[in-house]
Amino acid sequence: MIKTPFFRAAVAIARKDIRAEFRSRELISLMGLFALLSILVFSFALELNREVRVEAVGGVLWVTILFASILGLNRSMTMEREGGGMDALLLAPIDRAAVFVGKLAANGLFALLVGVFLMPILSALYNVSLLQPVMFGALALGTFGLATIGTLLAALIGATRARESLLPVLMLPLALPILITVTRATNAILSGTVADSGAWLSGLLVVDIVYAVMCAWLFEIVAEE
Amino acid sequence: MALIEVRGLTKTYGFAPALRKLDLTVERGECVALLGANGSGKSTLIRCLCALSKPTAGTITIGGWSLPREAAAVRAQIGLVAHKPLIYDGLTARENLAFFARLYGVASARIDIVLEQVGLTKRADDPARTYSRGMMQRLSIARAILHEPEVLLLDEPYTGLDADSSAALDALLRTMHADGGTILMALHDFERAARMASRVAILARGQIAYDSATSGAFPRDPAALSAIYAQMSVRA
Repeated sequence: MIKTPFFRAAVAIARKDIRAEFRSRELISLMGLFALLSILVFSFALELNREVRVEAVGGVLWVTILFASILGLNRSMTMEREGGGMDALLLAPIDRAAVFVGKLAANGLFALLVGVFLMPILSALYNVSLLQPVMFGALALGTFGLATIGTLLAALIGATRARESLLPVLMLPLALPILITVTRATNAILSGTVADSGAWLSGLLVVDIVYAVMCAWLFEIVAEE
Repeated sequence: MALIEVRGLTKTYGFAPALRKLDLTVERGECVALLGANGSGKSTLIRCLCALSKPTAGTITIGGWSLPREAAAVRAQIGLVAHKPLIYDGLTARENLAFFARLYGVASARIDIVLEQVGLTKRADDPARTYSRGMMQRLSIARAILHEPEVLLLDEPYTGLDADSSAALDALLRTMHADGGTILMALHDFERAARMASRVAILARGQIAYDSATSGAFPRDPAALSAIYAQMSVRA
């Protein structure tokens, strides 16, 4: 066999990352603890009344998930670099895009789990109802978008010396379209405006698709060196 | 037809040339020791051969497949033992090999065979992070030979190994060579090159400065080999 089928390779890579993480729980616990501390800090720092709280909760949730994702990606990148894991993947007779999809699936799942962990805590702290089915849809789309950019950037800057500081510098501006749309979608869901939330979620889906296609294509170029 | 054919290979990083119009041909079944100082281009050459680095100019053909056009086919024929183990230390040896078996489309029955070959059967279900440097290197070799590659590329594989682990690696490479395997290894050790290799090439400033295939049989005396190395390095 010259080339391993795309989805078999992508699934194998995702399963490998998830298995390794669920054994060590290094990334999830780091991201979870950071996220928990962040929302506690936000909660104590922003003494908000009920109305402002509802408007602020989307921003607090997504800024926290974004920073926790950066932290997790940084750690994941360092671990890959230490063992030469990325080279091992690029040596295999598989599509580079399959490497991207596999890593994206694992990174997206870790960010999603952090979001799921945060939602009941934020609901209690801010006295809002985040635990709604449509909110999980927004969470899935938002974490997928952030993981898409993060996975590409981690591969792009993984070999550079200043990778830990470069990742947030590059990721924050690129994540802005996702951050804006998913925060607005979250706030619209919380305020119960169905039309607005539908529009923002559709916008988020479009942004996700554009980013996923572009990042998968760019990953193949980045992986050449 | 040669198994590896490199013609006019040039690789530059920015304005700094790492390889300069390098030509190299390796026949099937050869064990080539690639000697060279740090920065001479050994690792860059190996990275280009296994499609991890894109050449600036020149052509590479391995087993009739050319790079970069047929990179997947080339990668399927290559096993690499690099500076780093290319192993996931959170997984056991068996899990690591099972993962790579899926990526290479190799039957899982082969996992036990390579574990036996590298002497890791008893520790196969321990996490790789609990392994010594020598065991990690053996696992790295198991990964590299799992898919029965045509060519085994080794980049300073003895770095950090103790005497016992080095001897075990020697024995493993000798067996592979005796079985008809093609090996290209970058080394600093003249004594080992003289003892293990069927051919010696010296790389200096990104070019092949000496090749025993064209200069006649190389001396099996490490001191004589070292003298050739010093002479060629100065000339380059």
